Amino acid sequence: MLEGSQSGAQPTSWLAQGRVLFLFLHVLGIACFAYIVARRLVPLIRAERDPRLDRPWARLGKVLKFWLGQWKHPRYRTAGTLHILIFAGFILLAMRAFTVLIVGVSPNFVMPGLAGEAGHLYEVATDYAATVVFLCMVFAIVRRAMFKPARYEVPAKFGKAHKADAIFLLSLIAILMAADSLFEAAKAAAQAQPGHGEFAAALSLPWLLKVSLLSLSLPTLGGLCFTGYLLHELTFYFLLCYRPFGIQFHVETSLFNVYFSKLDRGKLKPVKWGVGDEHLDQVRSFGVKTFENFTWKHMLDFYSCADCGRCSDNCPANAVGRPLSPRFISIKARDYAFQHYPMFGRPANGSPLVGSIYSDDEIWSCTTCGACEEECPLLVEYIDKIVDLRRGMVDDGAVPQSLQKPLKALSSRGNPYGKMEKKRAEWAATKDFQQICAVKTLDKKNGADTLYFVDSITSFDDRMQSIGRATAKILNHVGEDFGILGAAEKDCGHDVRRFGEETLFMALRDHNTNAIKASGVARIVTADPHAYNALKHDYKDVPPVEHISQVIARGVKSGKIAFRPVDNGDFYTYHDPCYLGRHNRIFDDPRDVLDAIPGLKRVEMARSRDRSFCCGGGGLMLFYEPKEDERIGVKRVRMAAEAGANVIVTACPFCMVNIEDAIKVAGFEGKMTAIDLAELVDQQIVRERPVVTKEVVDIPQECVAGR
Amino acid sequence: MEILVCARRVPDTSENEIALNSAGNDIERGELVYSINEPDNYAVEEALQITAKVGGQVTVVTVGGEDDEEILRREMAMGATQAALISDDAFQGSDGKGIASILKAFVQKGKYDLILTGVQADDGGAQVGGMLAAMLDYPFAALVNSIEVLDCKKLKIGREIAGGNREMNEIDLPCVLSIQTGINEPRYVGMRGIRAVASVPIPTHSASDLALDPSTVGGSAAKVKRVDYFVPALGKGAEMLNGSREENVDKVLELVAAKGGLK
Repeated sequence: MLEGSQSGAQPTSWLAQGRVLFLFLHVLGIACFAYIVARRLVPLIRAERDPRLDRPWARLGKVLKFWLGQWKHPRYRTAGTLHILIFAGFILLAMRAFTVLIVGVSPNFVMPGLAGEAGHLYEVATDYAATVVFLCMVFAIVRRAMFKPARYEVPAKFGKAHKADAIFLLSLIAILMAADSLFEAAKAAAQAQPGHGEFAAALSLPWLLKVSLLSLSLPTLGGLCFTGYLLHELTFYFLLCYRPFGIQFHVETSLFNVYFSKLDRGKLKPVKWGVGDEHLDQVRSFGVKTFENFTWKHMLDFYSCADCGRCSDNCPANAVGRPLSPRFISIKARDYAFQHYPMFGRPANGSPLVGSIYSDDEIWSCTTCGACEEECPLLVEYIDKIVDLRRGMVDDGAVPQSLQKPLKALSSRGNPYGKMEKKRAEWAATKDFQQICAVKTLDKKNGADTLYFVDSITSFDDRMQSIGRATAKILNHVGEDFGILGAAEKDCGHDVRRFGEETLFMALRDHNTNAIKASGVARIVTADPHAYNALKHDYKDVPPVEHISQVIARGVKSGKIAFRPVDNGDFYTYHDPCYLGRHNRIFDDPRDVLDAIPGLKRVEMARSRDRSFCCGGGGLMLFYEPKEDERIGVKRVRMAAEAGANVIVTACPFCMVNIEDAIKVAGFEGKMTAIDLAELVDQQIVRERPVVTKEVVDIPQECVAGR
Repeated sequence: MEILVCARRVPDTSENEIALNSAGNDIERGELVYSINEPDNYAVEEALQITAKVGGQVTVVTVGGEDDEEILRREMAMGATQAALISDDAFQGSDGKGIASILKAFVQKGKYDLILTGVQADDGGAQVGGMLAAMLDYPFAALVNSIEVLDCKKLKIGREIAGGNREMNEIDLPCVLSIQTGINEPRYVGMRGIRAVASVPIPTHSASDLALDPSTVGGSAAKVKRVDYFVPALGKGAEMLNGSREENVDKVLELVAAKGGLK
């Protein structure tokens, strides 16, 4: 174009013949696109509110990291690299695309700032960009057509395959690149005729085309230039208008989807944005029942899903054949939106989603582990949607029988087992244990700096009580002045909330908040990641909370905790509990603690840290009876075996339930064991320091000997 | 169809540790939590499903005191249109026949096509439904596990027979049915639902409202009286298997087969 204005009279005049046609195509294309986008916005306008205009700098940071920086893509090496190349190419070509469109109407147009040397450099860059994108498309088409990566498959229950549409869209981009290159090459070939300099970047697609076109006559080149331009224009507008009908809509929506993405990890959206807890009783319907009950951002998520399948590829529920595949939560909702909000005619809304596009079991199958959200390059949210759908089902009374009993017990007794409140502190009350480690129950007379929030499973489950006792002994060892709430503690409600029973959660939260405040403690420690997440993110106005692994790590660092060496041939692996790791980013503390134990051999599972694989789910998920081919936990213990481990260390009582069961089911009994981090630390800790009270002088020996 | 469901509030056995009181004539009630008797809840759900199909209203009634109102609210939150509490000091100590007489008086004040009870109360004797039917001279079927409305005068009902067999019956309306658990999947009632009906007035009926002769109900009229209540001593019969898993599995199979549990 630069040269065009200097010397290439022909190219300019070639395009000039089509000026009216091009102008017409511009107007038509842009008008169609505007209309389509306007129609696509209709459901978003009818949707629930969702304030996402706060913290612009944090949002901009997300855009730089996840959109411009393509942060998640390298997690899938091949597809990710392809996408980064294509994305980079598109970003480079964006300005060129505009310039080319304008050139059709105003042949001598030069983008401001791109005259002279800068323009030349830019052209070289875009020549290569177009070439790279073209090659990526060819590669992607071959990959989809010939190699058929498993995660793109569409199971029959979710509809027909998306392959044809995907290949069609990829081809269109390839054509776009080829047309652009042809247009460029024809111009270049004309100008490379004697007397002109050549300017297509060497070995690029335009360059190759140019070389093959050099021998052609000028009129022929003119025709090719015109054809290339017209093809480019038609493809460009066709793509623009076709994308909002399928998986490539993300090309337009991704920037917005990332900018407006969720900023607070581990938190759930409220039942209704802008409605305080005290006014919730006046809200007529809870949760998502019809499509319009989704927030506008959640609808934008549906539009933005690129159908890449990474969410479902990482979903534990999907892995064991539960009827949930997060990818199709999005795809089915998008199909619903397209069908019920058509391009022409009146939208038909209001039909219930569960029972039509979603099934009950599908929505109850989610463990809220967050693996899908962790993987999504477009930051599509799933947990909030699942919880909102559950809120709707709870509101309609559609709760599986298996969950009704624990929910009722939680409401009458404050724990899912229906045990008496007064028995909550019995795990600490046995005489033997009291002698080793007296745990005080906090009340008006007995205060403490720190509250150990035990929660239901550790309080009542025989096996998990051992985690409670180990935790108490560790707190004792590091000299923490701590106590428990005893009968005044109720279940933290973490999973009550995630199973959609918001009102019951609020009752549990309010009860515990009052009890915690009345105890006068300055901080809270828990060994249960679900309680940790609840106290940290679901509760308000409670003292700061720490997980026991953080306390131990600090103790190790400060020298308060030293370990006896492990002298067995065992190989340990650490399983990241979802609500400690993925949702709260505590990956290193537990590993640092393990690595501080002399002689302990630790191996890492292929799926670890933020890609950890859920144990099967905690809280109410222990009561739910899913339809599945095998247990999630069984898959997990096999992963540990593959890593060469025979001891699984975890840091969550729910993980312990699932993993110990899975070890039995998988037939690893006797070959593999599971232990909680607190239990292991308690076993290995060196207790040479004298003990708390005079009466119990024999404590160090007992403690060294373990329980 | 106008349906009346007779319900009762009982200590929930899954959420209480039942212990004898010091006098030995009742259970310790200090820390008990109560809920609706489970089969009664299935009866309400069944009534709601019937009226959802053929129209009509569901009324839930209980004989008891102020505290028993909570189960009526719960069932209203579930979808029952009306509730009634029958309460009078004169009813204290009624036996099954007494309760049936009270319910009969209530039924006769209204007009119901179908009366449902739970198959039995956790602390009861499965007697009220049958007696109520007899007093009203209505047909009665017990242990019902399916109901199909044939027309406004007839139902087709299924009953479970020992050994896992089933029989189907036609029964004329009005009638009394005692409902077996498992007939449906009762819907969930959360705190929110109960709060929404918290201020709906629930009428209370006394003996005089029902024109009941106090001498026919209550402790004085009861001809069945509880004379003892105890937790049976644990008998022998538990055998610990201490072998390896395979050995234990073999042993269990052998034991179950020996007792006729495997064919």
